[in-house]
Amino acid sequence: MEKQEFNITVYTENQIGLLNRIAIIFSRRKINIDSLNTSPSEIESIHRFNIVITETEDVVRKICRQIEKQVEVLKVYYHTNEDVIWQELALYKVSTDVIAEKVSVERLLRENGARAVVIRKDYTVFETTGHREETDNLIAILQPYGLIEFVRSARVAIIKDSDGFNRKLREFEQREPGEEVFENEYLNKGEKVFTM
Amino acid sequence: MEVAQQDITIEQTKKETVNITGSEALLEALIAEEVDTIFGYPGGAIMPIYDALYDYSDKLNHILVRHEQGGIHAGQGYARTSGKVGVVFATSGPGATNLVTGLADAQIDSTPLVCITGQVFAHLLGTDAFQETDVINITTPVTKWNYQVTDATEIPEVIAKAFYIAKSGRPGPVLIDITKNAQIQKFDFEGYVKCNHIRSYKPKPVVRHQYVEQAAELINKAKKPFILFGQGVILGSAEQEFKAFIEKSGIPSAWTVLGAGAIPTDHPLNVGMLGMHGNYGPNVLTNECDVLIAIGMRFDDRVTGRLDKYAKQAQVVHLDIDPAEIDKNVKTTVPVWGDCKETLPLLTALVEEKKHTEWLARFAEYTKQEVEAVIEKELNPTTEEMTMGEVINQLNTLTKGEAVIVTDVGQHQMVACRYAKFNNTRSNVTSGGLGTMGFALPAAIGAKFGAQQRTVVAVIGDGGFQMTLQELGTIMQTGIEVKIIILNNRFLGMVRQWQELFNERRYSFVDIQSPDFVTLASAYGIAGKSIDQRGDLQSALKQMLDHKGSFLLEVMVTKENNVFPMVPQGCSVSEIRLK
Repeated sequence: MEKQEFNITVYTENQIGLLNRIAIIFSRRKINIDSLNTSPSEIESIHRFNIVITETEDVVRKICRQIEKQVEVLKVYYHTNEDVIWQELALYKVSTDVIAEKVSVERLLRENGARAVVIRKDYTVFETTGHREETDNLIAILQPYGLIEFVRSARVAIIKDSDGFNRKLREFEQREPGEEVFENEYLNKGEKVFTM
Repeated sequence: MEVAQQDITIEQTKKETVNITGSEALLEALIAEEVDTIFGYPGGAIMPIYDALYDYSDKLNHILVRHEQGGIHAGQGYARTSGKVGVVFATSGPGATNLVTGLADAQIDSTPLVCITGQVFAHLLGTDAFQETDVINITTPVTKWNYQVTDATEIPEVIAKAFYIAKSGRPGPVLIDITKNAQIQKFDFEGYVKCNHIRSYKPKPVVRHQYVEQAAELINKAKKPFILFGQGVILGSAEQEFKAFIEKSGIPSAWTVLGAGAIPTDHPLNVGMLGMHGNYGPNVLTNECDVLIAIGMRFDDRVTGRLDKYAKQAQVVHLDIDPAEIDKNVKTTVPVWGDCKETLPLLTALVEEKKHTEWLARFAEYTKQEVEAVIEKELNPTTEEMTMGEVINQLNTLTKGEAVIVTDVGQHQMVACRYAKFNNTRSNVTSGGLGTMGFALPAAIGAKFGAQQRTVVAVIGDGGFQMTLQELGTIMQTGIEVKIIILNNRFLGMVRQWQELFNERRYSFVDIQSPDFVTLASAYGIAGKSIDQRGDLQSALKQMLDHKGSFLLEVMVTKENNVFPMVPQGCSVSEIRLK
């Protein structure tokens, strides 16, 4: 099996220490996390992680099971890049003088789908979102004009073919404690999960 | 009547609140969880809990151990024989870090524990305060769940969660770190409510009937089916369900080290032990069976040997409560996830009644070869010096397979597991996954507290005994009755065996000297005896078992004996060596 990028989506309780509990599942196997984003989901108290790693599907599947096993993890999915829409956000700080003098700013913004977030006398901050190549591209363009600082966010990804976890989360939030609040659908898809 | 009365008490506790400290709330919670025994060691950061314990000593039996590692191993032993959750107290810093080995052991062997550690005051967290360590982060990889309490009001709910998580699903160790201020803080305690649900936690996967049906179909078609069972059968209290399943289907069954005792040793379908030092037939025939049925076991590398040559010809049915175990090491044809107490009866209902007489005879053939090449020499040696096997064999004769056998790690462990006779479940207590030397003595103390009416025999090597021998002090102080057999070969035997077989007999630091164990025992007021003659063996064992109180028996055995059969590391199970 070939290694490729996988997007792992994890829904969790908002609990101190859980980030570490999830991170060590990767570090224990000496797997580098390419990108990690964690932020509140649409439901209060539930967080969503987006984790990107480059591995074989076999390894990714085992890791997802280990993550899902953690007490405070609600749900884990994994997808290839083809199965998700994903974006990273990047900010670029450049000298206002240089950029105004040497570049057609309006054209640069248009061609790179960027926008100016702040324009001050001494510096200007541009912002763009896109895939890695796109944000990289703007670095290359701005580098000759005295790029002062650059930062890129982790990847956020939305799953193309899911019927949405939102509905499930809502149900889940409303239900009172009881046996098996929701089916473990990741494990449900026997034919997808298991190589028979 | 009883139920009604219980309801009333719950009602009352719900309505009335009492103003108590966090420490008292903790102890109330333990009592509500039916805890009777705690293994622990006090220290600065857990003093408020110990102060409260002073008034609870009529309800909670606290066993003062000699080292926190001893405390947690005792907790494990207690959990393994009693089936209840082991409870351990330790202070912050070194007290807590001394628990780490035991936590790792309990995690890998799925032993339910709740460990309570004291922690420095919340306002001192992160300041490198005296005896402060980041216990939560240190223990995260070796706990099923852990949590730091900094406010007393959290205690009832957190302890309820801790017990629920520790014992439900695939059991495991839980650690609760309580800062000193939370132990002292007073709050309005509204009564204790047990936890039976956590929304993000799914202890048991839903049983999928189509997989049970597929599994039954495979089993019914099989000509050479073979069952591998592990501790899951014991943890799920599914011994009867398991027995019913194998007896109806007539399938030969072999056990992992931790599965030993789930069915009696002399059950006609019990074909022996799996793995590196397991029996000949079960290892060889793993690579010949057509359907392999794994029940509550996790295909540890010591069981499978080389994976790419493991049971490749077989269709694999795997019953496990932990979905993460399915396909982890061995690819499954049919995954029957769920609690085997629920799935086994479903499967039993669908399998045909069979007797695999010819197939069973194949195991018997291999047993015959193994008896000739290995077992006879080990159990009835003609050499002058005694073997470990004959000690276990004599012990079997005297205990008739009724004793709890607690073993440490190494050669004696493999010999004891191979030859000990178990009539009952929860009789084999050993450190399986982690291989923790020093486990046996404290675990035996705990095992006895967990099964006070049973005889508990700790079988320990001369190396392992010296790792935790301070727990003789715990035996002395509590007067608990533990029979200790030290099989002394004056070597770190298992490492020496590997050095002999694989490192050209370069015996690098395995020559270990021991103190006079009998004198040592007597310093703790424990009776003892050392023997080196075969003629004394039976009477010495009898003396040990008949003695009122603990007894230490040292048996001098052959220095350079090897445990066989053996699947050398990196080899396939069918390449198992008889010599």
